[in-house]
Amino acid sequence: MHNSDEFRIPIGPQHPALKEPESFSVALKGEKIMGVDIRLGYNHRGIEKAAEERTYVQDIYLIERVCGICSHAHSTCFIQAVEEIAKLAVPKRAQYIRTLIAELERIHSHLLWLGVAGHEIGFDTLLMYSWRDREVVMDILAILTGNRVNYGMNTIGGVRRDISPDQVQQILKAVDTLEERTKYYIEVATEETTIIKRLSGVGVVSYDDALRLDAVGPTARASGVRRDVRADDPYAAYGELDFNVITDDHCDVYGRTVVRVKELMESYKIIRQVLKKLPDGPISVRMPRIIPAGEALSRYEAPRGEDVHYVQANGTDKPARVKIRAPTLANVQVVKHMLKDRYLADMPIVIAAIDPCFSCTDRLIAIKEPDSESANIFTWPALHKYSIDWYKNKGIDFTQLNKKLEERLKP
Amino acid sequence: MVNPEEKIKEELISKFSFLESAINIVRPKRISIEVALDKFMPVFSFIARDLKFMHLCTITGLDEGENMGFIYHLADEYGSVINLKTFAPKNNPTIQTVTGYFAGAEIYERELVDLFGAKVEGLPEGNRYPLTDDWPKDQFPLRKDWKGLKNA
Repeated sequence: MHNSDEFRIPIGPQHPALKEPESFSVALKGEKIMGVDIRLGYNHRGIEKAAEERTYVQDIYLIERVCGICSHAHSTCFIQAVEEIAKLAVPKRAQYIRTLIAELERIHSHLLWLGVAGHEIGFDTLLMYSWRDREVVMDILAILTGNRVNYGMNTIGGVRRDISPDQVQQILKAVDTLEERTKYYIEVATEETTIIKRLSGVGVVSYDDALRLDAVGPTARASGVRRDVRADDPYAAYGELDFNVITDDHCDVYGRTVVRVKELMESYKIIRQVLKKLPDGPISVRMPRIIPAGEALSRYEAPRGEDVHYVQANGTDKPARVKIRAPTLANVQVVKHMLKDRYLADMPIVIAAIDPCFSCTDRLIAIKEPDSESANIFTWPALHKYSIDWYKNKGIDFTQLNKKLEERLKP
Repeated sequence: MVNPEEKIKEELISKFSFLESAINIVRPKRISIEVALDKFMPVFSFIARDLKFMHLCTITGLDEGENMGFIYHLADEYGSVINLKTFAPKNNPTIQTVTGYFAGAEIYERELVDLFGAKVEGLPEGNRYPLTDDWPKDQFPLRKDWKGLKNA
């Protein structure tokens, strides 16, 4: 990777687009990416160590803050392990409420992603609309939990807040609205030529490579790997619900887009079932302050893929070990593979396409010439603009489409 | 009808008789196995390749006093997970890399190196993870006796 005719471009660790730090050192030959060196760890906060020094109850709130987007994912994954060790029978109603919040979280995360993806390819109208619609689900989450993120819904042995019949009606109404909007996004994603052209064949990872590189979540499913913890290793109420695991065989960013928008429809289906079947009864059981010695591994399908928590208890009120593996960490090798032999202009969308979350995982991107003293550093807005212009020159331009959409959506 | 966990257990014992008392079916879809370090690679290879546990969820490091524990969490496509545990003495915690089986293991093994001071034979050169480049080489935060950097 150090040939004299190769450029090395550092992107990150401070990065306006991803809002999180990570570092990609990209080796370029002309505009072609010859290899990528990824440096993570900028967000390492020592949470696993900190968890050993706090009680289980304190850890729920600490671990909820592993990630700002999948906060419910991490707290659920953690408490499931603790509940297994303590042999707590979590009431059905609590399991259903956890599932409800989990799917609402997936909706907000996937809509967020759709907007970011739109932005990265210069389709800012899509960003504006999907983020506007995302507010619908954010409002529901705020009504149910009091917060837009870090819901504080989970506790060991159940959930902390019940759901009223009034709230059920509000959720159903919101889901109807979101479903209508999502149908429109599916139409845009699958029929709009510009999107198809811009995303097809970009960031390709074949079925075999997805298996070999151990991809998780929508990244794996868009390469035809049917891997979804909700179906394979059911937790909460998923074992009693009917839903499809969405896969796609395009194996590229386009496939990942299709998988996510279709997963939204499955989430609405799950939520309607949860609300219909919502069992009566208590929402929590009392947890013991001391958790008996033991160990458990818990898995959870977060919006980005499989989240894994391992907890070891030693018979005190504090865990002996908490190990967290967020989904993005499992997809790091996949990104390296996707970028190889692609163009620099594809980098923003390829990275965005795994929906990276480096706070969970912990991440960066920078660009420099190895043989010269002066580093040619691209800022993210500059790289973003470069990417859009590069494709504009190739005839892929969203300006007209953006205008068309605005016309169509005028009241 | 034998349940899938029993079947996996039988297959493992017929191949490795020394595992007889080392396999514990914790619950449906969860199997724990403890294996000595010198027998680890053949067992790991059998689970990953022959039993088709094709997904390495992660590797957990443990500080257990005299020994360092390493748990490899392997999952198959039906959602069963084998927690394969092995040990290495703390004064020389050397393990073999599994990157030949799972490319994604690279980052998990670097975590073991940084946070537990494990030595991973066969792990290619690369950026450290997750600690900073100037982090002292003899400080391993997830070891139990580690209480913070001195002079920090």
